[in-house]
Parts: sequence; C-alpha cells; structure tokens
Amino acid sequence: MISKYTVNEQGFYGEYGGAFIPEMLHPNIEELKTSYKKIIKSPSFQEELQQLLQDYVGRPTPLYLAKRLSAHYQSTIYLKREDLCHTGAHKINNALGQILVAKKLNKTRIIAETGAGQHGVATATACALMGIECVVYMGEKDMHRQAPNVARMKMLGATIVPVVSGSKTLKDATNEAIRDWINNPTDTHYIIGSVVGPHPYPDMVCQFQAIISKEIKNQIKTEPTHIIACIGGGSNAIGAFYHYLKNENVQLIGVEAAGLGIETHETAATLALGSKGVLHACMTKILQTQDGQVIEPHSISAGLDYPGIGPQHAHLHQLERVHYTSITDQEALNAALFLSKMEGIIPALESAHAIAYLEKMNLKPTDNIIINLSGRGDKDLEVLTKTLNHDD
Amino acid sequence: MTINELFAKPKRQLLNIYFTAGYPEKESMLELLPALEKSGVDMVEIGIPYSDPLSDGPTIQNSNSIALKNGITLDLIFEQLTVSDSRIPKIMMGYFNSVLQYGVEKFCKKCKENKISGIILPDLPLDIYKQHYQSLFEQYGLSNIYLITPQTTEERIRLIDKNSTSFIYAVSTSSTTGSNTGIQGAQNYLQRIQNMNLKSPIMIGFNIKTSHDFQFACRYATGGIIGSAFIKYIANSREISLDTQTFIQSILPKK
Repeated sequence: MISKYTVNEQGFYGEYGGAFIPEMLHPNIEELKTSYKKIIKSPSFQEELQQLLQDYVGRPTPLYLAKRLSAHYQSTIYLKREDLCHTGAHKINNALGQILVAKKLNKTRIIAETGAGQHGVATATACALMGIECVVYMGEKDMHRQAPNVARMKMLGATIVPVVSGSKTLKDATNEAIRDWINNPTDTHYIIGSVVGPHPYPDMVCQFQAIISKEIKNQIKTEPTHIIACIGGGSNAIGAFYHYLKNENVQLIGVEAAGLGIETHETAATLALGSKGVLHACMTKILQTQDGQVIEPHSISAGLDYPGIGPQHAHLHQLERVHYTSITDQEALNAALFLSKMEGIIPALESAHAIAYLEKMNLKPTDNIIINLSGRGDKDLEVLTKTLNHDD
Repeated sequence: MTINELFAKPKRQLLNIYFTAGYPEKESMLELLPALEKSGVDMVEIGIPYSDPLSDGPTIQNSNSIALKNGITLDLIFEQLTVSDSRIPKIMMGYFNSVLQYGVEKFCKKCKENKISGIILPDLPLDIYKQHYQSLFEQYGLSNIYLITPQTTEERIRLIDKNSTSFIYAVSTSSTTGSNTGIQGAQNYLQRIQNMNLKSPIMIGFNIKTSHDFQFACRYATGGIIGSAFIKYIANSREISLDTQTFIQSILPKK
C-alpha cells in the first residue's frame, strides 16, 4: 500500500524520517534497506511468520465488544485485545518478524532497547524461541518501575544492561542500544521496538504491526467511526491505523502521554510541544530546548516516556490525517482502574491512556469505536495498587 | 591558518586534538586553545556538546553532559571563539540536530567569521548533505569532513574521497569513541586505505592514547586525532594549560 501517508523511496514521510546514521552503521542500514522488503515478501518468510503468529502468539487476537463500557458511554466500544498476545502486548508481532529477518541476514546476536519492558520481553522471548543470544538495554529507572518484566527477561535467558545515562529511561536505553550496534556491526541485529529510528525501521516495524488493523477489518461488521490508540514511539497506533489510513471516514486518534500536564513541562506529549529535529537517527518531532538539546520527558507509563515519536506520525500529524491528543498520568490511572472494574481487564498503563480518552469525547449512540488495547497491566500492578490504596 | 593550508605544507605527523567546548569548565576553551597551540598541536577539533551523542563512548558522553551542565551553548562557543586570538587551525565536531536548531546557514556564517575550516557531523549522511546543504557549506568555505570505518566498502571510500574538500577521518575500529581495542589491530585496514592512494589526506582517530599509538597511526596517514585520552587527562585538572602541555609532550616526538 503506497500512498501519501507511507514511506517514499528515499525513506522519508514528507519531511520526516530518513536515516541520520553515523558512517559506522552505514553497512548495516544499507543491508537492511536493500533486503527487508524482499525478505518480508518471500513466501517462506511469510509462511513461518504466519504460523508463529497463529500458534505461538495466539493471533488473531479477539475484537471484543465491551458491553458494560459501551453502556456506560452509550455508544459501541470494541477493544482490540493485543493484551492477549503471548507475552502480553503487541510488541511480539514485531519481535518475531524482525528475528526472522535477522536469521535471513545470518545474524547471531540480538540487541534491543526497552521502556516498559514489553518489547524487551517480546525480544527475549523471540530469542529464546530461536536460540539466539539476546542483550536488552533498559533504563535504570524503568528497571525499578517495571520490575516484573526485568524478572521475565532474565528468566528467558536475556542479558539486561542497566542504562544510567541521561534520564535513565527509554531514550537513553535506545542510545545505548545504538552504541552497542556501532561496536558490534557484523554479527548483531538491532530489533528496534517501535516505529522510530533510521529508515527502514519505521516502515519495517509498521509492516509487522499492520496485522492489527488487517485483523480489525476482517473482524468488524460495520465500519468503525473512530480508532483510538496510545502513542509513545507509535507502533501499536500505526498498527491499528494502517489499513484505515486511506479511509477518511474513519477518525484516527493518537493519544500521547501528557505526564503531569502539558503546561507543567513534565510531559511526554511530543506532538503537542515538540519541534522538528533529529533523534535516534530520524527526522521527526522531538522535545528539545532552543539549543537543540533533547529534553528528558515524563510519563507514569514507561512505554510512553519518550521525547520523540515515529516519523510517520509526525507526517500524519502534519497532514491532519490523525488527530493527536494527550492524557495525563492521573487520567490514565483512573482509566486503568475503571476498565478493570467495568470489564475485568487490567490494562497496561500505556493502553490506559487510550481508554482515558473516552471521557474526553462527545460520544453518540451511533459511534462505533475501536480502542487498541495494546498490552496488559500485570507489569504495572505495583503502581496501580498504590493508586488503589490511595483512593481507599 | 585553515586546515587546508596546513595540509598543503610538507609537514606530516600532524596532531589533531579533540576537546569538548565548555569542559571541564565553561570557559576552558579560552585556555585550551593557546595551550594546545603552544604545545605544538597542529589543529584542534572543538566538540559541540549534545545531550545524545550517539557515536561517543562514556568519556566523551560525560564531558558533553558536564559541559551542558556548565551552561555552554553553541552561541557561547562562537562568542568564546571570537574572544580568543588563537590562530591554530580549527574544525568543529557535533551532532546534526545542534546545527539544525541553530540554523544551518547561520552556523556556516558563524564558522566563517570565526575561522572554522571544517565540521564533522557524524549523523549527517552524505546523500542528505549533498542534496540539502552542500551548496550552503561551500558558499561559506566550510568543509564537511567524512568518516570511514573498517566496514566501509572500497566503492564508498572512493565516493567519500571524491566528495571530500579536506581530509578524511579514518576511524581505526568499528566502535564508539574511547574504546579499548587498541590501534595495532587496525593495521590491515589502515594499510588498505593507504594503498588506495586517495586524493584526500587521511587523519586517523579512535584508540590513539599514547605516543606509540600516534606514531603507529602516522605510518599510514597524514596524522592522528586524540580525543578521549585527552579528555580523561584534563578531567580534574586545576592547571589546565600546564596539564595540556604535559599531555602533548607525552605524545609528540622530542625535538
């Protein structure tokens, strides 16, 4: 599907994207760029991936009509249950796709960054499945707030490298993963977890996540009026939007993390406050000072705590194809507790941002809404129970 | 003197020292420039501190964050350069986002005003440079300095050589700055580059820490670049001019 919304031959989405890489990474990126489409399209690759997605991940994930939620908001609300994927989030779709690419490229070592730990767990899982060495970079702050995922990755045999530079979160974990790749250019493949980084990563990750909207199209009986997804880098969102990009009848809504509130500047709402710049080797919108220094973001949700956003989202924002908005930490916490009690589903704090947006909409009975429930909330129990006790 | 005037001279074994502007103190550059010049250093590479220096190892990362904490900005760097009367040939090194936010044309203009002959922007790829920025750089006489690595193909090295208007920065190992792999392992690669008879002078950087390393690099190239080792040496310096001289004396051959 090539359109004004997708990547061009030079690796750009309008003025965003590209591969702003140091020369050390040129051979790696060049190799990926020239081969990823061919690899992904090959029948043997597709056969292996589809089999794994079905039998190992448990796809297709259900499109669940949330009856009590629908009754509460007096409209029709579906949840796309990515939280039911093996490992508990959509991240596994991409991790499996990329590890198969890595195998075709004869790579023997995998590196990854992780924020919430969902991508780290997914990558560690894919590596365990394929018997490949796995090294995950994770900010020290995130290791504390997402401790269950650290334990899971260790159990899966991955080496976790705590990152202590900068804000000790996702941005710095990504820096360290890129530095690792510079230092290990021949045997290593870097599995980036979101639609960020140098071309062709944003497009490749999008291709692996687009299965979400592909399934939605098959599952839903009447056309959705809205699709809502949370956005850090934006991989679950682009996955949920992708096959609806050209259908302008469907309103696409991306929810960023406002943190303590956009006006407080303790926030991760990149599109709300960011400006054009280069982060992690792509041109996109980033949170930065006038001098071009990247600002350390804030969100209660480690997976959204990122000062950039995928270049395709920056482009869709510019074209006004997607409506981007934001939700605060507190609103997300409330929504997580609300969904737990209303539907018996404990969402990840990331996904809770998308749920929280329902409160902000003027919903009509004719609205037919899909929320991409990108992950489950087990990893966030400590933060969530604290809120619960506080409310009691 | 510009770097190309320097390269036009018969002198070889050129020593280029990298330091981070604003480190260890906000105004250290004002002492470093004359001290380096006096010590016999041939040219300097002034690092523009950045919050996310992807190609740099821990030593230079740390110097970047300290310099930023000291309050250095690109504007202040140019102000300090204007104040300094050091005539040592100068280039700058930084990340593209700093230049982009400053304004590429304004940056080129300031470089010209302050006699900066070249810039190393490791994350500005050749194709994007050529398409968008080459004419601006040329208008202000600023050389864009490219890196090559042991992984760079011969075809690409030729392409980079063709596009270079000054020297080529040959990275001795596939690594971030300040790694500990040792430069001697790069012998085959450096020999290969030397045998290519490129039109551009080659300066070798990464992994040069001692006089021995520097001599080794100079066997294959016009000179060598020292960064992390110097940054480490001046980290806790109280007498920065004196310590700079001591460090440089330990690298350069005795006269």
